[in-house]
Amino acid sequence: MKMTKIAALIAAAAIATPVVAQDLHFPMLNYRTGPFAPGGIPFADGYQDYLTLINERDGGIGGLPIRTTECETAYNTERGVECYESIRGDSPLIVQPLSTGITYQLIPRVTEDGVPLHTMGYGRTSAMEGETFPWVFNYPANYWDGASVAINYLLDQNGDSLEGKKIVLIYHNSAYGREPIPTLENLSERYGFELVEIPVDSPGQEQSSQWLQIRRERPDYVIMWGWGVMNAVAIQEAANIRFPMDHFIGIWWSGSENDVVPVGEGADGYTALTFHGVGTDYPVYDDIQEYVVDRGLAAGNGDQIGSAVYSRGLYAAMLAVEAARTAQDLAGHAQITPAEMRAGMEALSISEERLAELGLPNFSAPFDVSCQNHGGSGAAMIQQWDADAQTWSLITDWIDSDRELIGELATADAAAYAAENNITPGCM
Amino acid sequence: MLYREAGDFKTSYASDNQTFPIRFDRTAYWVVIAVAFLLVPMVLTDYWANSIVIPFLIYVIAALGLNILIGYTGLLSLGTAAFMAVGAYSTFKLTTAFPEMPIYIVFVLSGLVTAAVGVLFGLPSLKIKGFYLAVATLAAQFFLIWLFTRYGWFFNYSSTGQISMPERTMFGVTITGASASSTAVYFTCLIFTVAMAWLARNMTRGTLGRTWMAIRDMDIAAEIIGVNPLIAKLSSFAVSSFFVGVAGALTFAVYLGAVEAGEAFGINKSFLVLFMVIIGGLGSILGSFLGAAFLVVLPVLLKLLLVDGLGWPSDLARHLEIMIIGALIIIVLIAEPHGMAALWRTMKEKLRLWPFPH
Repeated sequence: MKMTKIAALIAAAAIATPVVAQDLHFPMLNYRTGPFAPGGIPFADGYQDYLTLINERDGGIGGLPIRTTECETAYNTERGVECYESIRGDSPLIVQPLSTGITYQLIPRVTEDGVPLHTMGYGRTSAMEGETFPWVFNYPANYWDGASVAINYLLDQNGDSLEGKKIVLIYHNSAYGREPIPTLENLSERYGFELVEIPVDSPGQEQSSQWLQIRRERPDYVIMWGWGVMNAVAIQEAANIRFPMDHFIGIWWSGSENDVVPVGEGADGYTALTFHGVGTDYPVYDDIQEYVVDRGLAAGNGDQIGSAVYSRGLYAAMLAVEAARTAQDLAGHAQITPAEMRAGMEALSISEERLAELGLPNFSAPFDVSCQNHGGSGAAMIQQWDADAQTWSLITDWIDSDRELIGELATADAAAYAAENNITPGCM
Repeated sequence: MLYREAGDFKTSYASDNQTFPIRFDRTAYWVVIAVAFLLVPMVLTDYWANSIVIPFLIYVIAALGLNILIGYTGLLSLGTAAFMAVGAYSTFKLTTAFPEMPIYIVFVLSGLVTAAVGVLFGLPSLKIKGFYLAVATLAAQFFLIWLFTRYGWFFNYSSTGQISMPERTMFGVTITGASASSTAVYFTCLIFTVAMAWLARNMTRGTLGRTWMAIRDMDIAAEIIGVNPLIAKLSSFAVSSFFVGVAGALTFAVYLGAVEAGEAFGINKSFLVLFMVIIGGLGSILGSFLGAAFLVVLPVLLKLLLVDGLGWPSDLARHLEIMIIGALIIIVLIAEPHGMAALWRTMKEKLRLWPFPH
């Protein structure tokens, strides 16, 4: 009897799909559990809080409320596939898995199903070639931009020459961490610095041998592509060998409070890239306080508000909402389909005026998306950790990446993908 | 009446030695096969196929393979995921090198490549056993994954080390790639699972299986009665790795579509398959099915119940799921240390006596 009830419940849960709902479905593929939860939780909170804000303050987008669904991936590709399968029939407007591994699995699937995929600052870099990857977007910046910005920053620091310098790349040994290697190799040839690649196996709790090697190599700079617990461990190890923290640059996924706070004083001066502003000094945070936090609607524990990765989740949600708005304008009606959403993303334009209207003045570099360029501006800033004040502060203005070189590499990679998968590049 | 040997007369050796001596079992077997091949494809939705049924069938193959090694031959292995990776990377290399080769042949060849690698890593089993062998196979786990992430040749020098399955067809039907229908994928997995379960069942009933079991029960005694330990142990490694390799090939080609060795075939996966075998029942074909169902299907069903059914937060559900599965593992092992298959055996004994137990 009990078993049949449970079975019936399960069956009902599986069959139940909403009928013609007048809302906009924004699925969330989050990870609040597992070794990558320190990064997954703030991003998920920021993403959800912004969508809640839009619902509470504006009544949704174009008069239609946003409906969110949450699925726990635990940063695991098999669970990611399960999550995607569970939402794909429910006209998802935009999928953001926050995992490069899951992204690689979803690229062929979303292309087949016609679901827009936005991998903001992660995923497959060559997806910036919109003609080959019509359903995949990675604006405003990608890993190759990150690598290029880091090197440009170092060039600036060293009087435009890195000749004879030694730079170590310490990376998460996965598709994510290996992503910047081709660009860095290319840049190393161009600027004459020596590149040493040191992988760290996932999840990266144990890195003493890697840092022993770094100590032996005596590099001038260390660049890190880490995520989850790997970041804090690496910064701790760097502090242990007294590596100068301002010569240690993390990618934007290695620059959250959760990475530096556990290290305490030792992390002071650690730098990381970021493609958006930091801190809560933006008018939008007042609205979040008023409409989300004070109404008891904050996602998660509500303790991540204003952290670096929270801001990124908020930024991702903002871009999604703006794309949906653009899509509604283009389509002429509010109830947009995933295909119309894709058109909106491709026509997305983020200007300084628009950012100011949204309560996020100068939060990001202005950019336009087009059919040819799904990759945005590629510009990023450097943020530095102040252990006394416990805050990140921006120490540079926007640094442009070498889009000429990256475009070249991306075109070659996209062409190879198109040939492998019988895709004829072209605008939709 | 229902479940009786009585009245079921065997008139030949063949019928006396058949797999299912009881008529009820035979009927049930054919009913299950008929349902799996005829009824399930008609009611299967994409979601159920891709997130429950297909992974279940693939893990059954892997569990069968490991069960041959651990359950039938008594050789402990912790390298299952690495052998799955060998199957996956063989499929990738074969199908990109010979795009015209029928994909089913590629899967079988990948299994054979894995068998060869398995024999290589099985060599230490001639000298060491038990936990020491487990450590030796653990070396395979780390070495092979390192190899696949280190050397570009294995992933065709793609910039990220990911391997992606191109689209392949069989008899004109798309089997791999995103455009493959879930029915086609389901049938692919089903055909392989049924064929390999049949193979495993018959191998373990025959001479080969009996030599394995003799080695498992007491290797010195087995040697004295004329079992060659070299052949028995290495054949066990070969057959086991063949199964695991095919499972890896299917995981990569039809289930995930893109994998990265360290992530998809990490040590966690080795343990997952090991737990399937232990919970399902060592030395039992049915146990492999039950174990895979327990560890693959149950978590998804729990998620459906807690998140979609009861509307609980997904992270809470995930934490509860870990706790519930963990508790169930302990309960099952306390209630039935020989696995779920032993539970079924007890039930069968009871059924035979029913309704007049002594």
